[in-house]
Amino acid sequence: MDFDLTEEQRLLKDSIDGLLADAYDFDKRKLYMKEKGGWSRAMWSKLAEQGLLGLPFSEEDGGFGAGGVETMIVMEAMGRALVLEPYLATVVLSGGFLRHGGSAAQKAAHLPAIIDGSKTFAFAQLEKQSRYDLFDVATSAKKKGDGWVIDGEKFVVLNGENADTLIVTARTSGGQRDKSGIGVFIVPADAKGVTRKGYPTQDGLHAADITFTGVEVGADAVIGDAANGLPLIERVVDEARIALCAEAVGLMDESLKTTVEYIKTRKQFGVAIGSFQSLQHRASDMFVALEQARSMSMFATMAAEFDDAKERATSIAAAKVQIGKSAKFVGQQSVQLHGGIGMTMEAKIGHYFKRLSMIELTFGDTDYHMRRVSEAGGLI
Amino acid sequence: MDLAFTKEEQAFREEVRQFFKDNVPPETRRKMVEGRHLSKDEMVTWWRILNKKGWGVSHWPTEYGGTGWSSVQHYIFNEELQAYPAPQPLAFGVSMVGPVIYTFGNEEQKKKYLPRIANVDDWWCQGFSEPGSGSDLASLKTKAERRGDKWIINGQKTWTTLAQHADMIFCLCRTDPSAKKQMGISFIVFSMKSKGVTVRPIQTIDGGREVNEVFFDDVEVPIENLIGEENKGWDYAKFLLGNERTGIARVGVSKERIRRIKELAAKVESGGRPVLEDPSFREKLTACEVELKALELTQLRVVADEGKHGKGKPNPASSVLKIKGSEIQQTTTELLMEVIGPFAAPYDVHGDDDSNETMDWTAQIAPSYFNNRKVSIYGGSNEIQRNIIAKAVLGL
Repeated sequence: MDFDLTEEQRLLKDSIDGLLADAYDFDKRKLYMKEKGGWSRAMWSKLAEQGLLGLPFSEEDGGFGAGGVETMIVMEAMGRALVLEPYLATVVLSGGFLRHGGSAAQKAAHLPAIIDGSKTFAFAQLEKQSRYDLFDVATSAKKKGDGWVIDGEKFVVLNGENADTLIVTARTSGGQRDKSGIGVFIVPADAKGVTRKGYPTQDGLHAADITFTGVEVGADAVIGDAANGLPLIERVVDEARIALCAEAVGLMDESLKTTVEYIKTRKQFGVAIGSFQSLQHRASDMFVALEQARSMSMFATMAAEFDDAKERATSIAAAKVQIGKSAKFVGQQSVQLHGGIGMTMEAKIGHYFKRLSMIELTFGDTDYHMRRVSEAGGLI
Repeated sequence: MDLAFTKEEQAFREEVRQFFKDNVPPETRRKMVEGRHLSKDEMVTWWRILNKKGWGVSHWPTEYGGTGWSSVQHYIFNEELQAYPAPQPLAFGVSMVGPVIYTFGNEEQKKKYLPRIANVDDWWCQGFSEPGSGSDLASLKTKAERRGDKWIINGQKTWTTLAQHADMIFCLCRTDPSAKKQMGISFIVFSMKSKGVTVRPIQTIDGGREVNEVFFDDVEVPIENLIGEENKGWDYAKFLLGNERTGIARVGVSKERIRRIKELAAKVESGGRPVLEDPSFREKLTACEVELKALELTQLRVVADEGKHGKGKPNPASSVLKIKGSEIQQTTTELLMEVIGPFAAPYDVHGDDDSNETMDWTAQIAPSYFNNRKVSIYGGSNEIQRNIIAKAVLGL
């Protein structure tokens, strides 16, 4: 039973906190947002230089062999700074597919470019009808010779507008909602037949709707088992959920800090508004929500190592429930306590609220995960 | 970061669990499970079994009979005790006055009181709240005047839990009326059998009689019954209230109750199916389980922190425990009430009389719901807890 960071983990935390404190204040973020694609290549290179893009990959693959706690540290720091760069899409999601399912050749072909920052990736999964069900896949992959032909549409693909390479889920057999017959494919973003419609998202990130029309890929494009990719997809998406929980904790932590700072300085009726008990109690409730979320983020990080698959999935779902509820409360109340200024694009607090709101709707919202926990028979 | 308990800790859990299985009187357990009141005898009998085992005052320093367990062991012990369930040691003696005496009392007081607290030879009660001094405790008026080698005590305490059983009281009394309100208070202990002490029960909304008004009318108390220094009582009271940080979440109690909810909800039908399968009920139950899981983890963070870095500077997360713990306890009693539905209505007028079980245990469900409203009020109301977080943690 230990919730402390190791010496090395503490160093990692100090180093990323230091880097972001220097390079990622709110004004600099506005500049990064105006760069082509909506994030900073220079910043991405800095993350690579610090080894952060190679963190979870094994040493033989050129990485650092770090675990879930390290990803938690990085995601929390990125949440705190409201980072725009595609760490989740590239390192956690796409890197996760390669790490857990990729062949030696696939790793050798793609990981060096992820680790040195020269290429970014995106995970194309969501479809018009699929919502949060990872197994609901209409996009098809049909065998042609040794290779495959992919047809279908994917939506709100995070970093889809900028990615060099896409990881795509597609049905190799069976009906749209069958749990078997789903494959995971590596598709170059500039492959013939790939059309991307990019746009900014509500939280300042960038995504794309992507159409695949007769896109041909080789046999080596398949990650893992083309007939049964769902377990891999679930595993990687669970890791992304855990990472999102950590990012949300960073966001909430900074939201509360910023809000408390604000109500200490903002004066009305001749006094700081933080001297009013109604506001103090609200801030205290935000603290309680944050700490409960922090506990569940840590729990989810450690639950990723549980042997029992059902217990693992239920624990992570429970964490997403708690994070969703806390995020909504802390996000909304941060704006409320800021008053009018919280409504403006100019103040940073609203941007935290928006990112928190989008996280709740990513890879399963609170109701969806609540149902999953229920159907598993609960936690006790 | 590691969630696992060590092999030794797991073995310890087994040992504790086995001990409860072998030693908690079955009738005591049954009454706990059914939410019934226990008699004084039943409680004392169990506490003496615990004390004989050497676990009666587990968190005290070993020189006074403590076990020397780690923070994690204490956590495991409490969790198992709450989940079995068996009565927790009498907080007023073991968690409250005991630590004050061994920390601030003199040798004679330690020798005189501590063994009797451990064996519940004396049943202690707490003389803090007064009719005009609830959340604003420091405004208390009960007076102790020095007259020769005696204190003469006059005033009134209220909400005195189980004072009807008590042999002894630890009492905050004003000894310097001219000092600023926190400064003139002393911590005095005395016998409830003293002349001039009157106990009057207060019936609470659940029908129970666990709290009382206690009146002091020229009660004579030996001068040596002052604990620590005169006029320093407020410091000792703060020490006492801050002492119990982790048990207060009562995670084990809520876990046990959730198991009971599930058991009952699988049997009771509504709309042609078990209540447990009703989606809206199910969602509320799951929401509660998630909150409880988060609370358990928060508690473990505090426990692990204490184990590693000592109790000196409390982890800020510890202030979450009382608020969330009480809210979850209340939710569980509310859910149990929803499961039983209209059959919550029959009122057992003898429900408070442990020897007279005239009704099915389900008649205790509503009283338990009503009674549990107290948990967000006592021990510093949840509003006071929020004030504390705002001030001590957020710096507002």
